[in-house]
Amino acid sequence: MARASFGQATWLVAEREMKTLVTTKGFWIGFAFTIVALFALTVLPTVFGGDDPKVAAVGSAAQAVQGKALDVQQVATVEEAADLVRADDVEAAIVPDGAGIKVLALNDPPNDVIRQLVESPPVELLDPSAVTSAQRSVTVIVFGLVFLMFGMGGAAIAQSTVTEKQTRIVEILVSTVPVRALLAGKILGHTILTLGQVVVLALVAPIALRVADLGTLLGVVAPALGWFVPFLMFGFVLISSMWAVAGALVSRQEDLGSTMGLVMIAVMGPYFGVQFFYENPTVLKVMSFVPFTAGVAMPVRLFSQQAAAWEAVLSLAVLAATVVAMLLVASRLYTGSLLQTGARVKLSKAWAPAE
Amino acid sequence: MLTVRGISRSFGDHKVLDEVSFDVRPGRMTGFLGANGSGKTTTMRIVLGVLAAHGGAVSWNGQELTPQSRPDFGYMPEERGLYPKMKVREQITWLARLHGVDRETAQRNTDALLEDLELTGRANDRLEELSLGNQQRVQIAAALVHDPAVLILDEPFSGLDPIAVETVLDVLRKRAAAGVPVLFSSHQLAIVERLCDDVVIISKGRIVANGSREDLRARHAGSRYEIVVAEDAGWVRDVPGAQILELDGPRAVFEAEPQQVLRAALDRGEVRSFTPVVPTLDEIFKEVI
Repeated sequence: MARASFGQATWLVAEREMKTLVTTKGFWIGFAFTIVALFALTVLPTVFGGDDPKVAAVGSAAQAVQGKALDVQQVATVEEAADLVRADDVEAAIVPDGAGIKVLALNDPPNDVIRQLVESPPVELLDPSAVTSAQRSVTVIVFGLVFLMFGMGGAAIAQSTVTEKQTRIVEILVSTVPVRALLAGKILGHTILTLGQVVVLALVAPIALRVADLGTLLGVVAPALGWFVPFLMFGFVLISSMWAVAGALVSRQEDLGSTMGLVMIAVMGPYFGVQFFYENPTVLKVMSFVPFTAGVAMPVRLFSQQAAAWEAVLSLAVLAATVVAMLLVASRLYTGSLLQTGARVKLSKAWAPAE
Repeated sequence: MLTVRGISRSFGDHKVLDEVSFDVRPGRMTGFLGANGSGKTTTMRIVLGVLAAHGGAVSWNGQELTPQSRPDFGYMPEERGLYPKMKVREQITWLARLHGVDRETAQRNTDALLEDLELTGRANDRLEELSLGNQQRVQIAAALVHDPAVLILDEPFSGLDPIAVETVLDVLRKRAAAGVPVLFSSHQLAIVERLCDDVVIISKGRIVANGSREDLRARHAGSRYEIVVAEDAGWVRDVPGAQILELDGPRAVFEAEPQQVLRAALDRGEVRSFTPVVPTLDEIFKEVI
């Protein structure tokens, strides 16, 4: 009888992984959470941050605040104004002080109020940047978060591998198709699902930006987004292969925690690394070429226009080469540990040639 | 024919299989007997290519097996396993397709097997919702759905009630009758006795008995006979060379030259029954291991 070819077997495994995953609640909850989080990050600051600061004004001081971008509440006495400040009903109180005015605030100088009251000197930027630092930090968070969410989503590969080991169906699978087809099918299935989610996000993101009235930002984000997708996908495959090995090393779901640590670091690393160091161009540059952090660091650099296209291509090539190397390593470790049941398999034992 | 020749395997310093050789002939049910830890499962895993041998070879129709040239095995592992959350019909069909069966045939085979195993009503339930006995039947279906060329079943009857044993047995016999060699292990000797054609007995990693069930019994039969006469059979002990093993009024079990005893019995009167005593597998098993 015709045996399933490697490609057919891989696809059958991938198909099953996808079907199984999309029928779980956790998958949809995670995906919904990602969409909501992204909307919240981009839209909410403009919704909440857009209001004028509230102030109380007393007597003649009211003239000083006229025509400014402040939400003014007129009160009769300084004491009344001070009470409003203490009750946190207003951010500050503007009260007469001799010929001029004085600002009363609770414990911090209210900079946004003060900025309205003073005459700013004209500013000329010698090296204007296309993106503000606020836009940049939002982008860092968004890229980091997406990478984190999908990276953690790869844990489903580890879980599905352990399920197969725990139920011993793995014996039937291994006696039917090559182990490599099992590994390839798992990674392929989860990568397709992730890609599908990324596509949905890429379609939703422009809507979020329009709602947030950040349409102009869209023009700047779009190219970086275009780069982010391949980086994300290669990064995902890299992490997937590690998740698969983490699953193959143990025989029970309860033991999974003991092997997931290293993979978690690989997933969290880019997120925290870029969060902490995105204002340090040298560190960011290094991170944008390290395969594990490149997935977030390089798109952020591209977004801030700190990196040229050739740098992105080079980094992507380094990442792709690492993916190939990691797949080969993972495939050997996966094969070496898949049929070992019982205690957690040591990496050295999984790597050793089969007896 | 599946041929196992000189298979050895060690785990660390522990030699689990030592020069194991036997045949599984087409169209026959071969029972693979042995105590716990005697090497049955290890042998089966080596035959399937899930585990490497440290010596010896497994051949199919004279050709040594390699990962590329394995026949389609139907395998039922000792530690049962299927996806608990997958629906029965979907799961069996999927496994068939993994063996290279096209979608339509896979579905047709699945439906026919579920019918034979009396599982049609549970086809769209998740595996975990079935009773253990029914899960076991699904496991049988998983081993058969791709019309395998060889069946390797590790303890296929353990956990089944007597009715389920009959159902499964019918299904397996059908396959054997169609010319498929069937190797199944068991420690339930009564079941093996009833349904296998050939027997292979393994003990501490060595094959200690091997052949057709009848041959094996004949070989281990010795010269033991049972006679039932009309009166008391105590006189048998006076026949020269005879040794009584059991005596119960007119019935005696003895070891002796049978014709001599029979002649003596006929001289004394009526002989109601005279039969060679064939050992049960249980007795052979205890004798050889």
